[in-house]
Amino acid sequence: MSRARLIQRLELQGLRLAPSQVWGQVRLVPVLRDEVRGDLRFAHRNYGDALSAVTLQRELAAPGLKYVSYIPHGLVMTWAHRQTEAVYGTRLQSQDGKKVEAGPFSVRLLHRMVHREDRNQLRMLPLHLAMEGFLTRYFCGPDIAWSEYSRDGLSRGLNPRGEASIPGWASFALDGALRTFELHERQVGLLLFNADELLSAFIVAHPHDYRSLHRTLLEDFYGDLLLQYGYLQVVGDIGLRLDASQVASVADLRAQVARMREDWGTFHGLMSGGLFGVEVTSRKVYEAGPFLLQHFHTSLVPSEENHLGEAITGPDGTLEYLKTYRLSAAQTRRAYLLQQLAGSQWNLDDTAKALGSTRPDLVVRLHNAGFGYLLKPHVLEEAQRSMARGR
Amino acid sequence: MAVAAEVRVEQVAREDLVMFVNACFSCTGQREFYGDARGQSVSIEFLHQYILGNYRRLYRRTLAAGINHFNQAQIILNLLAIGSPVDVQERREEGALISAALRRLPPQRAFRVLESLRSRRINNRRARAIAREYLSSRADLAFDAVKYRAKLRAAVVHGHLKLEGELGPFLFHGWKKRVYTQPLLETFRKAHFAQEALYELPYTVAEGLAQKHGVPRDVFLQRIEPRLTQAERLRLQESAARDGAEVPAVDLSRAPLTKLCLYVLALKDEVRLERRDELHTALERASARVLARAPATLGRVAAVLDNSYSSSGSIQKRRRPLGVALASHYLLGASAREYRAFWTSPVDDPLRVVARGQSDLATPLLAALEWGPDLVVIVSDGYDNDPPHAVAELTRVFRERLDPGRRTALVHVNPVFDADEYAPRSLGEAVATVGVRDAEDVPTVLGFARFAEGTASLSELERYLAARVASWLDREPRKGEPTREEEES
Repeated sequence: MSRARLIQRLELQGLRLAPSQVWGQVRLVPVLRDEVRGDLRFAHRNYGDALSAVTLQRELAAPGLKYVSYIPHGLVMTWAHRQTEAVYGTRLQSQDGKKVEAGPFSVRLLHRMVHREDRNQLRMLPLHLAMEGFLTRYFCGPDIAWSEYSRDGLSRGLNPRGEASIPGWASFALDGALRTFELHERQVGLLLFNADELLSAFIVAHPHDYRSLHRTLLEDFYGDLLLQYGYLQVVGDIGLRLDASQVASVADLRAQVARMREDWGTFHGLMSGGLFGVEVTSRKVYEAGPFLLQHFHTSLVPSEENHLGEAITGPDGTLEYLKTYRLSAAQTRRAYLLQQLAGSQWNLDDTAKALGSTRPDLVVRLHNAGFGYLLKPHVLEEAQRSMARGR
Repeated sequence: MAVAAEVRVEQVAREDLVMFVNACFSCTGQREFYGDARGQSVSIEFLHQYILGNYRRLYRRTLAAGINHFNQAQIILNLLAIGSPVDVQERREEGALISAALRRLPPQRAFRVLESLRSRRINNRRARAIAREYLSSRADLAFDAVKYRAKLRAAVVHGHLKLEGELGPFLFHGWKKRVYTQPLLETFRKAHFAQEALYELPYTVAEGLAQKHGVPRDVFLQRIEPRLTQAERLRLQESAARDGAEVPAVDLSRAPLTKLCLYVLALKDEVRLERRDELHTALERASARVLARAPATLGRVAAVLDNSYSSSGSIQKRRRPLGVALASHYLLGASAREYRAFWTSPVDDPLRVVARGQSDLATPLLAALEWGPDLVVIVSDGYDNDPPHAVAELTRVFRERLDPGRRTALVHVNPVFDADEYAPRSLGEAVATVGVRDAEDVPTVLGFARFAEGTASLSELERYLAARVASWLDREPRKGEPTREEEES
């Protein structure tokens, strides 16, 4: 049953896009929800630590796989009617994980990305959840011991694996944009564009929660497009005009303004076409009552815009929560290669054939993407030599 | 050809001046919601230098146009800095304008101007004469010497002025002189040694000395209460409550309109609800007092008032745009024959308005136009984002198709200066934008709006300013009748 409810395609069903507000090169598009269910609430939990280590397997602080990152805040999700209203706005700061002092800094040890705290309460680490899911999925290394792979590659896979991202406060413009942004009454989310490239989408279930979570967008992390277009001064002004010939009364004027407003929504929908309406691959993370928490990613084809993220869908399949991350071009390339390798059981020849290229070409590509250490040195050298000869 | 060039020159001059006067109404060099303080002050300084260099006569006459104190002080300083004009007639007018403007400034601002003469190294004969004349016009110089001691001393030293009696020794020896015969000066000296004498001094002076004596804040506030001025009482409401002292009673019937609105907006919602009638009456009285000074009778008026999030202002101008909107609501309500208000996010009771939500100016404007008023006043910071540029388009089409005869006048009153544009941000070609700092300026700027609209000529603008200068210089503030400036100080 839950399989059927996994997201196949992200849709903005039940949500509306309002006209954007622009600050420098940042364009923020409000997402409005007309019908609020009210039985799924989110609260903000602050971690003031320099670093957090999340235990992914077994007990807290036991040896095993860890996810280490700077995690400034978590989200506490509560569902089912009676409890949500009581929890909203109260400060239930239960002991979350364990704090370890390391010199002048503190490190927080957290148990799992998603941690059930009470019958109807769940703590999760937003965006880190999606990122971790993404890393686990493709970055596991060969599962058949082909002779080309190095010993380290076979025994440990790609561990330790790392991905770099950029915190929101690295961009001065984003800070200004979030500060001066005027929230709508029914606003539950935001699409964030930098130089008119969709960077991230954030949607929650309730307008009050959005209001209190708005500033946390500054602490989230984004793909490197946030800085790449950082020096662009302003994004272009889109002048939508009213059609004067259609107007004979104030009522006509009103209709024209309503049309203008709709045009803005359609236009933003068009601009975010790389995320909404495209096919996604998703996986279940947690079933919380009627709600299904899942993470997903788009096609990972390098020539397209690629996003990964996490979402919660309600019983009728509506989007109740969404947070996405735009993969950078290099990240997409890496993920794509690994995805292709995994698809062919890590056989180099098969993968090369599937990609429509040659084995030496694939080996060099792997090396360029930073996975050279997976292969035995002589395999790499041979490929580089044959590439040089070919040239 | 020559005629066309002349017309163009006139047009440029008119646009420059309108921009300048507009800026002088709204800009205070302080931080705004969308702009920082540095940008604001760079922008306004440039404007001052540009207008002074090109249109000196009109520059000084702007002093009489009812602009805000910050810009009045800037004009006085800039005029004193470049020396007097050669022509006798001009020189006389400029001197009269400067000294009248200085006298009308609140004393702390006037003394600040005198002090700035030193930091800007302005020390010509005229500057010294103006300083001397100002000090001789002060009614109680001993009081000023206590309250503005550092500033007064700077002015005296810089201008080589002589003060009579004990004031000289007071400024230079202060409490270290043995004894004074002037009672206030003697109190000031005593207060450095005895706590009791503190409570005879002006509040701002006593505050520092109380700190020195280690008087607990609540005790100090309670005992200094009778010495508090109106503005100080208003200002102390919140901090007194926080320090556990008895909150000083405010005489709401004397507070100026915009200040009163800012005070109301700073109150918590439940307090506003509880004191609703009292506050409402006070606001009505305050607007009646403004109208008694500057009468304005308007016909059928619709106000489109912006209470979006950006009207919360900045840390330096907290809730000012919203305060101006609320004050305009009362003022227009009192001066119009028929009046209706349209807020961007509708409110049941204007007294309980908060700055929240997006700037959807189009919807209330449509509702206002539907009502068919003679005059639509839009009070907004000019940021129109739901949808963007909707008002510009809306008014353009409205003028083009529905009201080519300009039966309905559209005026945009903007309390926020946009540093990038050197002017308050406008809402498109079809609406005249005028800057304000206080809602009290609204009757004045409604008169000025026809220049901002671009229909009046330069000579008309010159005549308008000249007429204001004449009436301004004639009507010296009489003793006993508080002017707006004094009320605010």
